[in-house]
Amino acid sequence: MAILRSTIDTEDPSFKDNAEHNRASSGALRDLAGRIALGGDERSRNRHIGRGKLLPRDRVNGLLDSGSPFLEIGQLGGHQLYDDEIPSGGIITGIGRVEGKECMVVANDATVKGGTYYPVTVKKHLRAQEIALENHLPCVYLVDSGGAFLPLQADVFPDREHFGRIFYNQANLSAAGIPQIAVVMGSCTAGGAYVPAMCDVAIIVQNQGTIFLGGPPLVKAATGEEVDAESLGGGDVHTRVSGVADLLAANDEHALALARETVAASHLHYRCTVDVAESREPAYPAEELYGILPPDSRTPYDVREVIARIVDASDFHEFKALYGETIVCGFARISGIPVAILANNGILFSESALKAAHFIQLADRRGVPLVFLQNITGFMVGRRYENEGIAKDGAKMVTAVACARVPKFTVMIGGSFGAGNYAMCGRAYGGRMLWTWPNSRISVMGGEQAAHVLATVQGDSMAARGNDWPAPERDAFMAGIRDQYEHEGHPYFASARLWDDGVIDPVDTRRVLGLALTVATRELEVQPGRFGVFRM
Amino acid sequence: MIKTLLVANRGEIACRVMRTASRLGLETVAVYSDADADALHVRHADRAVRIGPPVAASSYLDIDAVMGAVAATGADAVHPGYGFLSENAEFADACADVGCIFVGPSSSAIRAMGSKIEAKHLVMDAGTPVVPGYLGEDQDPEVLSEKAQELGFPLLIKASAGGGGRGMRRVDDAESFGAALDGARREATAAFGDDRVLLERLIQQPKHIEVQVLGDSHGNMVYLFERDCSTQRRHQKVVEEAPAPTVSDALRATMGEAAVRAARAIDYVGAGTVEFIMEGEDFYFMEMNTRLQVEHPVTEAILGLDLVELQLQVAAGEPLPFVQEDLRIDGHAIEVRIYAENPKRNFLPSSGKLHRVAWPGDVRVDAGVETGSDVPVHYDPMMAKIIAYAPERSAAITALRRALHRTEIVGVEHNVGYLANILAHPEFASGTYTTGLTADAAASLTPADDPMPLLLAVASLVAVPAGAGPWENADGFQLNLPHTQRLRMRRNRQNFEVRVTRSGGGVYRVESPDGAADVGEIVLGDRRIEARVDGEPARASVYSIGANVFIVRDGATERIELQSVAVGDFQSIANPQGNIAAPMPGSISAVAVAAGDRVKAGQTLMVLEAMKMEHNIVAPGDGKVTTVNVAPGDRVDEGTELLVLED
Repeated sequence: MAILRSTIDTEDPSFKDNAEHNRASSGALRDLAGRIALGGDERSRNRHIGRGKLLPRDRVNGLLDSGSPFLEIGQLGGHQLYDDEIPSGGIITGIGRVEGKECMVVANDATVKGGTYYPVTVKKHLRAQEIALENHLPCVYLVDSGGAFLPLQADVFPDREHFGRIFYNQANLSAAGIPQIAVVMGSCTAGGAYVPAMCDVAIIVQNQGTIFLGGPPLVKAATGEEVDAESLGGGDVHTRVSGVADLLAANDEHALALARETVAASHLHYRCTVDVAESREPAYPAEELYGILPPDSRTPYDVREVIARIVDASDFHEFKALYGETIVCGFARISGIPVAILANNGILFSESALKAAHFIQLADRRGVPLVFLQNITGFMVGRRYENEGIAKDGAKMVTAVACARVPKFTVMIGGSFGAGNYAMCGRAYGGRMLWTWPNSRISVMGGEQAAHVLATVQGDSMAARGNDWPAPERDAFMAGIRDQYEHEGHPYFASARLWDDGVIDPVDTRRVLGLALTVATRELEVQPGRFGVFRM
Repeated sequence: MIKTLLVANRGEIACRVMRTASRLGLETVAVYSDADADALHVRHADRAVRIGPPVAASSYLDIDAVMGAVAATGADAVHPGYGFLSENAEFADACADVGCIFVGPSSSAIRAMGSKIEAKHLVMDAGTPVVPGYLGEDQDPEVLSEKAQELGFPLLIKASAGGGGRGMRRVDDAESFGAALDGARREATAAFGDDRVLLERLIQQPKHIEVQVLGDSHGNMVYLFERDCSTQRRHQKVVEEAPAPTVSDALRATMGEAAVRAARAIDYVGAGTVEFIMEGEDFYFMEMNTRLQVEHPVTEAILGLDLVELQLQVAAGEPLPFVQEDLRIDGHAIEVRIYAENPKRNFLPSSGKLHRVAWPGDVRVDAGVETGSDVPVHYDPMMAKIIAYAPERSAAITALRRALHRTEIVGVEHNVGYLANILAHPEFASGTYTTGLTADAAASLTPADDPMPLLLAVASLVAVPAGAGPWENADGFQLNLPHTQRLRMRRNRQNFEVRVTRSGGGVYRVESPDGAADVGEIVLGDRRIEARVDGEPARASVYSIGANVFIVRDGATERIELQSVAVGDFQSIANPQGNIAAPMPGSISAVAVAAGDRVKAGQTLMVLEAMKMEHNIVAPGDGKVTTVNVAPGDRVDEGTELLVLED
């Protein structure tokens, strides 16, 4: 037992100032999430309900076990991304429990632009499938979508990571033995028709769900045939005649009940890959994190104060505490699950990078999931460090991170700048999941440094042409850069683009990691097939 | 002297008789049907003999079966309890034939009082007043109808052989006489094997006062004063007390003597009860029950006697140990009958396993069930009686209410809360109540739909300690959104949704169709829950059994079911027209419609007999019968589709 001892004074004025600041940030995040969770505007929602349909979040809720946690993925996806407001990117994705099994739920929100796929919608859908594949999560698609958003079809349809990838993924998920279940609760037109058609099991709601490659207007234009939607591709047609769907539901509730039964009937069996101990609460309350985090990411604090409020019993077996002190490494448990934590405690030096590379190899050999608590301005710069070869030491760490096969998780708890992002398992490094705190910032370098770098370059260029650059203009130029970096480095900006899986309240970190670690530390006991299940 | 006493009954009365018999050093023998193999009365007995299948006609009502048990055990006396064979003259004769003592009157006395008509003629001759009516042998419906017209309405049709309200119908006008007569006869046939009826003028504001009498074989006869049994629901007594609060000492003596005269007219031996209907100071003989009454404990309490002991002494030929002048009323006693029935569903009988039974202390409890007992569908749904005794009536009421509040019955629907409400009713407190009390005050007596049990049930569900893993902790966790848990629940046959949102600080916002409330400071013990609801402290006993949460507060048990939506719930959607299902298990005694018939809302479609009562299955709306799935005599389970209606 190595219980971390907190040295925080909760009566300190700076603690209180920090707490006020961070609570306000979390409050703002909750307010935003609350607005986003409403989905489309009131008129769209009323129209949706008026058709006897459940709102998408109520569908998700009705699908999940009562009281099941719902680990939403990409909640802020699409936020201020387009001219139109696209709450949750028009698609709700997340992990929740169905009949005691954690499932990936993908629910179109027909109250948002008819559930059509914007680029971010596609990206979210694919991200959900990726998480499902890596964590062996059955997928339940609650389909109610008009297909691709046509004005942006060039950014939705053709590329490798575009619309077609959804069905590619379905086939390969199915082949891997991961159940693919569709519940058709609205339109499934054109390409969208393949979501249910590619599923292992498809459920359709009578007089509500439709599946067709071409809708009635297209049919009329193409062949002159006049046909109504229900007889073209309604529930009765597909469950009695075509076999495109398997189970007929009377309404949303019935369909969800059928989906629950279908999950239960999948008889999934998992094997846990780690030794899980009994979960113990940390010795210090998570709420104290609010008082610990300084509003300015440049203000130093001991990251062990954060670890002490996340890990079981605040018990942390630290590795090489006396060496490369700017990165804190050690083993601990979260919700009883063993983890290997790497947390920045300052800038990365060669020693820190070597220590981290060593530690990552240890964790990988032992099959212990990695958790990165990222708060990094970057690697040390300067002649001495470059001459000592900090780039090759950094490369060792990046190599270790890139090649580690254990599940990796990243929480951006402060700055995420430059190569520090790579070394600390940024988005590009194949982590299972990645979250950010509201106080975090992400960019290629800090706004201040960028402003100075760009002003220096600009100033040098003007000087070379013999031009003078008055100080006020230079200050305005720099302020503009700083503003741009602050805007683009903000976690909402990042999350809107799905550079992460969500912005989380610091106090929820332990729970979120626990939920994610649980699904990441087990394997599906199944004989994978060469092909996905063919619909007969 | 009696050595071995066979108790030809079940439930609380069998237990109660055995208790006295054991105290007196007698060996006790229980008889039981297959439904009662593990029943309390079987375990109380020294020996037990199976007498047949669950259906009473083939077990507890089967004289040969019971006599077989007598022969097998060498019992030298049989106590019949009440109900079943207790007033069956052939059974008394059968006992006499094998030299076994029947603890009760002679078969001739039973026969004399068995026919209401004969009994009334007898007591009239003995100078006891009777209610005007028609007691004739001519049972032609036309004649009965004419007599009814002469008598005037409202009137009562009663089974000549009946008791306990079975085969009884109130008729308010000539038009409904025919249907009521049919119903009364059908019920009388089913209950007593005798369809003869009598007509009686309905006394509008009656009290039901009965006098306990006791005679020995030496010609001694005393009255053990009266009981007020006016608190009845559909002619079933639910609360009884002694002495009657509105009977003066002078009237008490007059009634007592009238009762003794009636009993003497048939040379009555043993314990019997002469029932009177009383309005003001006028009283009329109704009938005599030639057996121990359910409500005998209140008489025991105010006299300090054991009526079963006295019955056994008299049956053994001993003289009464006292004379009338020795008897003095001391204090006041009240009894309530605890039935397995649902006051919120028109007192439909309830059956099932009792997960928990806890009786109060400081009062007498005559129970036929305990934790783990079954309440079978086949017999009378009375489970127990609680009897409170105090020097004064008001103190007895208080003690009994407290006792009911401390009673816990979980597993079947019951009337404890209803009984507590009767005791709290001002008219009951005044003592001037009539047999109309329960009907007149029905709305205030039926336990109200209080939101508290639901809130406490929800609290017990959501405050369960966090599970082992982050996924097992079903707290509705969501990122950046209120942790709202939606619970699908069912209460009083209504499905609804409850939303529980964690507000922080251990406080839960509970939103239900009843409104919203904040529930905090939840302390969940093994069987107890305490919480603060909108700032007010609340507590209850809580039992989680399967998907059900039972909340017991002040004796009332509320069952709240946590529902999961199952595919099976939707099967009726494919068939949205009204298919009518049996509300309980039972047998079909009549089918009034055939496929193709058009029916009106409220029209009786068929009659289901269960728990010895008839239940009309009525049309929920106007429509046409498309199929009838059952025929008279069919046994059905709860939920069996009986027939299908379409608009």
